[in-house]
Amino acid sequence: MNSISKYFKDMFGGISSLWAGMRVTGKYFVSPRAIVTQQYPENRATLKMEERFKGEIIMPHDENNLHACTGCGICEMNCPNGSIEIITNRVPNAEGKMERIIDKHIYHLSMCTFCGLCVKTCPSDALAFGQKFEHAVFDRSKLTKVLNQPGSSLRKEAKK
Amino acid sequence: MTPNLYDFSTLTGAIHEWLSGMMSPGWVTFTELVLIGLLFLLFFALLGLFLVYLERKVCAIIQNRVGPNRVGKWGLLQTIADLIKLLIKELIPIRKSDKFLFNLAPFIVIIASLMAMAALPFAKGLQAIDFNIGVFYVMAVSSLGVVGILLAGWSSNSKYSLIGAMRSGAQIVSYELSVGLSLLAIVVFSGSMQLSTIIESQADGWWLFKGHIPAFIAFIVFLIASTAEINRGPFDLAEAESELTAGFHTEYSGIKFAFFFLAEYINMFIVAAIAATVFLGGWMPLHIGNWEGFNQVMDFIPSIVWFFVKTFFIIYVIMWFKWTFPRLRIDQLLTLEWKYLLPVSLVNIVLIAFLVLMGWHF
Amino acid sequence: MTEEIIKDVIIGESEDYIINVGPQHPSTHGVLRFEVCLQGETVKYLIPHIGYIHRGIEKMCEAITYPQIIHLTDRMDYLSAHINNEAVCLCVENALQVEVPERVKYIRTILAELNRLASHQLWWSAFGMDLGALTTFFYGLRDREKILDIFEESFGSRLLHSFVMPGGLMHDVHPNFQKGIKEFIKYFRKKLPEYDQLLTGNVIFHQRAKGIGLMSKETAIAYGVTGPSGRGSGWSCDIRKIAPYSAYDKVQFNECLETEGDTFARYQVRMREMHESLSILEQLVDNIPEGDYTAKMKPIIKLPAGEFFQRVETARGELAVYIVSDGNKSPYRIKFRTPNFSNLFVMNTITSGYKIADLVAVSGSLDLVIPDIDR
Repeated sequence: MNSISKYFKDMFGGISSLWAGMRVTGKYFVSPRAIVTQQYPENRATLKMEERFKGEIIMPHDENNLHACTGCGICEMNCPNGSIEIITNRVPNAEGKMERIIDKHIYHLSMCTFCGLCVKTCPSDALAFGQKFEHAVFDRSKLTKVLNQPGSSLRKEAKK
Repeated sequence: MTPNLYDFSTLTGAIHEWLSGMMSPGWVTFTELVLIGLLFLLFFALLGLFLVYLERKVCAIIQNRVGPNRVGKWGLLQTIADLIKLLIKELIPIRKSDKFLFNLAPFIVIIASLMAMAALPFAKGLQAIDFNIGVFYVMAVSSLGVVGILLAGWSSNSKYSLIGAMRSGAQIVSYELSVGLSLLAIVVFSGSMQLSTIIESQADGWWLFKGHIPAFIAFIVFLIASTAEINRGPFDLAEAESELTAGFHTEYSGIKFAFFFLAEYINMFIVAAIAATVFLGGWMPLHIGNWEGFNQVMDFIPSIVWFFVKTFFIIYVIMWFKWTFPRLRIDQLLTLEWKYLLPVSLVNIVLIAFLVLMGWHF
Repeated sequence: MTEEIIKDVIIGESEDYIINVGPQHPSTHGVLRFEVCLQGETVKYLIPHIGYIHRGIEKMCEAITYPQIIHLTDRMDYLSAHINNEAVCLCVENALQVEVPERVKYIRTILAELNRLASHQLWWSAFGMDLGALTTFFYGLRDREKILDIFEESFGSRLLHSFVMPGGLMHDVHPNFQKGIKEFIKYFRKKLPEYDQLLTGNVIFHQRAKGIGLMSKETAIAYGVTGPSGRGSGWSCDIRKIAPYSAYDKVQFNECLETEGDTFARYQVRMREMHESLSILEQLVDNIPEGDYTAKMKPIIKLPAGEFFQRVETARGELAVYIVSDGNKSPYRIKFRTPNFSNLFVMNTITSGYKIADLVAVSGSLDLVIPDIDR
């Protein structure tokens, strides 16, 4: 008798547990407002990435086309993957001394793992993370970027 | 009481008259066969595409997603794009497979579901063939599909496929019993196996309501068993993508895969249509006792709308099952059938026979 | 059993039905291959084959400096990336005898718990999907997204955030950090009952999980199955309790233990851990002390010569870091004892004799992350 009552108890308990699950999915079926998907290419205009989003490494330039990179090479040294190459020139400055200036700050986006060490360790805060994330290109060589803009030069700041 | 509006027999009769005026009776029959065959094929393809779309939309909304929304308005053309993709895909030949059976299997599966569709009453007067053993015919034909599944699994020369096919065989053979017994419940109530008679007998109320609790139990058993019979979740052991990748159709590609896929959805439509016909009155409008006004309003809705609304409701319930429950294991699947569904339906049928004998049903 | 395996596989005289589950298979969650010997539907034995995603992380670490190692540890157990980072940082800090500020400890603990929650949510999603309940996947991911949003706001990346540095943090957390966590706790407390209704209480799920993949406490200890999988067998192996690190000695929480040792017990441990993590977060989030986000560190970190060891509790078990240093700025040898490696090899013992569908359930309940196995 006990086993018979267990048989029916199992059956009805099972059905009620299934119904509990169906209530959850049924609830979401009738509430389309619960949809969480973002319509990506359509929402481009309103899509704001977080301010700290690590999309790519950029070198911020101001309106006079000046940047802060001295070409010291610390970012190149700290990069674990070798995605940064720095080419410097030696040119005489106003006082006639030879001074190191940055020629090309080459950044291989294809090798970057976005660990953030270059941005963190840069002594002059010349690097930053950009918010752009649409990096798909047809040619891999396009992922190798020169971060300092042509014609740009080092921002001369008043010594603190 | 029975609605005379929207009777399709006037339309079909007129076509028959028109054809008879042009050619001899033999040719008329032949032309009508070809016409109906073509119509069914067209309906079959469109319905399959629509059901795939519907399934994707329903599951998307259940899962808090949007679902297909890129191709066409609301993604309506998505499945057509998929079909074109499937049509132009390469049919990969499998080494050491049984070529003949491998190619035959999808056709058997799809023919079985196409044949079952012939007996479905879509609306008043819209039924290709009204057998006097309609219920029996549909059941017999729809279970032919398992042959195709077994062949597919066997001939693919793939271990996953074979396991899937064997599971499917065991599953469909078992669940056939419960499907039969639950349909038998209504056959006992209405006293006929002819689908049109079963529908007529529901003019004053659907069997689900008229048949007291036993009819309700039979309905539940039918829903569960038929979900299992069409290999859908939570009984999709034959495909079980987390265990067997794709089960019996692992090795199929392109249009041959599309056939299996289409047949699965058409089978879902067929079981939903049978459930709607047998338990929910088919194309018969909702009539409640003596509410004459209400009944007349209901009569104004065309019978074909009634049929499709009921069918799609059941299809939705079957989809709801699939997107809620985890999959059963093969031994649990058989336990469910032999230890729960079968005894319940056997007791149920005795109960119904008793009810009918005493004349206690409406 | 062993003779049979030798006969079947090594000599190749097998007449059994051997199928390869993986390396491309929906339920192995990565490039893992099980060579499964079947008798009908029943698993006779199983041989895991690993190494498909071996990248030599330990060897690579010998060539780079300590701060650079952090970002490689992300890529081991990518679902508890923060906890991996923390393990290396703690080891380096121990070696250097650096006392990190309280604020750092608190934030690290919060991040570890958030990461554990995110990992358990993904596990729940994938486990449901392994069992065929496809909707769980989306519900789990939907809720995990909220945690990833918190991560993105503070660290700029969602999955592999190398946010911890030896000595502290990369930078301070976002001003919205606490607010976001509080909102998440409120949200997730509402969603957790749904998880229970959908899967935990489900009769089909009970059938699939109860009594399947039995692992005794002895087996768990013998194979070194740690984390929720080991605790499901009643082995008290929570490093957060045994050897508290960061701020774990300042919070009240229960070690979730189940004694059955089956798939359902492992499931229950993880579900209860989610509640525990939420309560840990609640205790910490309002009490983050003010202060510096990093200790004073030298620009180039050189460990003193010697051997250093640190273990932490990731979402999957015990992660141990063992560093041998010769005084240089990169380690002489670094060894990671990853939890999944041990957890994987118990598979043969606990799945033989069950059905092939149970194999999927058991491997789902162990919550394997393949890159963590291969490294």
